[in-house]
Amino acid sequence: MRFHTFLLKYGEIGIKGKNRHLFEDALVRQVRYALKDVDGQFDVHKSQARIYVDCEGDYDYDETVEHLKKVFGLVGICPVVRMEDKGFEELKKDVVAYMDEMYPDKNFTFKVESRRAKKSYPLNSMEISRDLGEAILYAFPESGIKVDVHHPDVMVNVEVRNEIYVYSQIIPGAGGMPVGTNGSAMLLLSGGIDSPVAGYMVSKRGVSLEATYFHAPPYTSERAKQKVVDLAKKVAKYSGPIKLHVVNFTDIQLYIYDQCPHDELTIIMRRYMMRIAEHFAKEDGCLGMITGESIGQVASQTMQSLAATNDVCTMPVYRPLIGFDKQEIVDVSEKIDTYETSIQPFEDCCTIFVAKHPVTKPNIDVIRRSEENLNEKIDELMKQAIETVEVIEVK
Amino acid sequence: MKEVYLDNSATTMAYRSVGELVQKVMCEDYGNPSSMHNKGVEAEKYIKEAKETFARLWKVQEKEVYFTSGGTESDNMALIGAARANKRAGNHLITSSIEHPAIINTMRFLEEEEGFRVTYLPVDQYGRIRLDALQEALCEDTILVSIMYVNNEVGSVQPIQEAASIVKAYNKDILFHVDAVQGFGKYKIYPKKLKVDMCSVSGHKIHGPKGVGALYIGENVKIRPIVYGGGQQHDMRSGTENVPGIAGLSLAAKTIYDNLDKKVEKMRMLKQHFIEGVEKIENTTIHGLYDETSAPHIISVGIAGIRSEVLLHALEDKGIYVSSGSACASNHPQISGVLKGIGARQEFLDATLRFSMSEFTTMEEIDYTLDALYNIVPMLRRYTRH
Repeated sequence: MRFHTFLLKYGEIGIKGKNRHLFEDALVRQVRYALKDVDGQFDVHKSQARIYVDCEGDYDYDETVEHLKKVFGLVGICPVVRMEDKGFEELKKDVVAYMDEMYPDKNFTFKVESRRAKKSYPLNSMEISRDLGEAILYAFPESGIKVDVHHPDVMVNVEVRNEIYVYSQIIPGAGGMPVGTNGSAMLLLSGGIDSPVAGYMVSKRGVSLEATYFHAPPYTSERAKQKVVDLAKKVAKYSGPIKLHVVNFTDIQLYIYDQCPHDELTIIMRRYMMRIAEHFAKEDGCLGMITGESIGQVASQTMQSLAATNDVCTMPVYRPLIGFDKQEIVDVSEKIDTYETSIQPFEDCCTIFVAKHPVTKPNIDVIRRSEENLNEKIDELMKQAIETVEVIEVK
Repeated sequence: MKEVYLDNSATTMAYRSVGELVQKVMCEDYGNPSSMHNKGVEAEKYIKEAKETFARLWKVQEKEVYFTSGGTESDNMALIGAARANKRAGNHLITSSIEHPAIINTMRFLEEEEGFRVTYLPVDQYGRIRLDALQEALCEDTILVSIMYVNNEVGSVQPIQEAASIVKAYNKDILFHVDAVQGFGKYKIYPKKLKVDMCSVSGHKIHGPKGVGALYIGENVKIRPIVYGGGQQHDMRSGTENVPGIAGLSLAAKTIYDNLDKKVEKMRMLKQHFIEGVEKIENTTIHGLYDETSAPHIISVGIAGIRSEVLLHALEDKGIYVSSGSACASNHPQISGVLKGIGARQEFLDATLRFSMSEFTTMEEIDYTLDALYNIVPMLRRYTRH
């Protein structure tokens, strides 16, 4: 079956009152962005509280749907067959042919639902539905096809506009809100399984992303960094472009190692990561930070550790995975296709000096006192790390 | 930044002349050797010339030279082809426990999928197969033995001639394959003198192109093809010949044989110098033998207390490129089977780097590398996991 148009359904943004057009415009923008690399020509436009994608000429149907499924804010994607208006008798034939091709096995119940946008059409919507339903029913006698107006298996939608739009299939969309309608946030991206999922989840609510990654050469490799860029690319398929900050963290890490108790290394290191990420977040006008932490997953994610890490932040830190079990996180990462990349075995900078028995219940006052040992050089090292940042625009 | 490439066992820089020839063949003499017209004849000349080259260097007949997509395919063709063709004579294969994955994993395939029985011979503390174990492993079901010439991780040289004699004395019908990917271009290898039936080499380890290799198959060896198609290379290896690659391989082989003895002597001298320098760093070890019975270009160094990956990247930072264990295996970080096989101490298993030289390596580069190690090693040893 050749589809000429996609009708895109959106949920929540329909209820946003006077701001509605802002959300719709953002959605149109995101849909255009999602389709820019797909083979084919697409005309994306708003019309009467709906978004349509008209596909001109040849295009790759599967690829188009795959890309549309990644646009936040869409709840449904309906592939539409457009039929020329050649009178109602012709329409009946066309709709019957449509049903025949779409559903080779006709053992189901259906209902026709019509909308008449073109008020000059000779039949009203009730009559259109009724007569088309009858035509379908009689076209396939003894096939098992039946009408059920309350709980049909298939809802055949017919919209009479300048042309007639017929669709009966709704492909579920990504849900959420269009990216760009809720400001931006700074994601701490590590290369593990969790942080890309955290970025995806916040972005789903309409937030654009920036990211910070800490690398520690020679302890972490160029490939570990490439892995993070690859992950950012996968998340960017949903979130749109991500500005990735790559911070060289080695000197800070070694300095902490020299000056602080080794069982506190991870906590103190994470506090400096938050400080540096927050610096870039503020610089770029982000409204919050995002981490992939989940309570109790590892020593640095106990309630005490989270409190100790959070202690240095002035911005809100969003932790969308906080109540997730590992398997639940893995499930999402598989869905968004980051899992295979995340499990590549490259060491990240959080694990290189990890103590055998790190503190699991750090006391904030004790940690602060340990950090005082860093007073001599840490400001200079922080400044250096910030100044030598490498920024990668990930698309 | 200075670039010191000491990873020549992973791959080598192609000779400039090879690069130029490959480009010429690709862009000008691009005919298909099977075509009947002149363009094809022209291309066929390169194949003919390459066969002559290998026939001369190996002292074999031209019809005993085949071209493949590289060392891995040569190994696969030799092992799978010979095992399948001779399975009526028996189902027992012998190899060593320190072979390259191209051999080990092909043997495993034959074991798991095709019902052959495989014996993996142990090695001594210097990484050489134990001939007594070979003698014991031979049985009336044995049809094929495959031993590498030079081990790619520690540079041990295998007693191929002795091994082949033992095998042939037991039963002259048992086929003997040698994986000479690391040995060819360092040693002059004469299959017939060694009494081996098949011999694999690769282009990119001898300053030739990647994606091309050669395989010697003695004329009386019964072998079945593993690739089917248009019947090129006497039906043994179908597929349009990689003419630019084969031309490049041939030129690289000829070039590396120019003054080979001198090149090897220089590498030995550099190796000796490097080893003496490394021994000044405490808590280090050189795996395998390091006299003239080991390969001239490979030095496997254990440096206790520093994970090899970290030291590798720290050297990289100074422009020095080396390998941890074997580059072919380092995508799956696992402790080297070879190091375990030679009984290396636990502290070196995850802390070993392989430095591998080429004819282009200089004394200055070796000194630069030693200086870098003197600087980096004490620094990295300060910071360890607790």
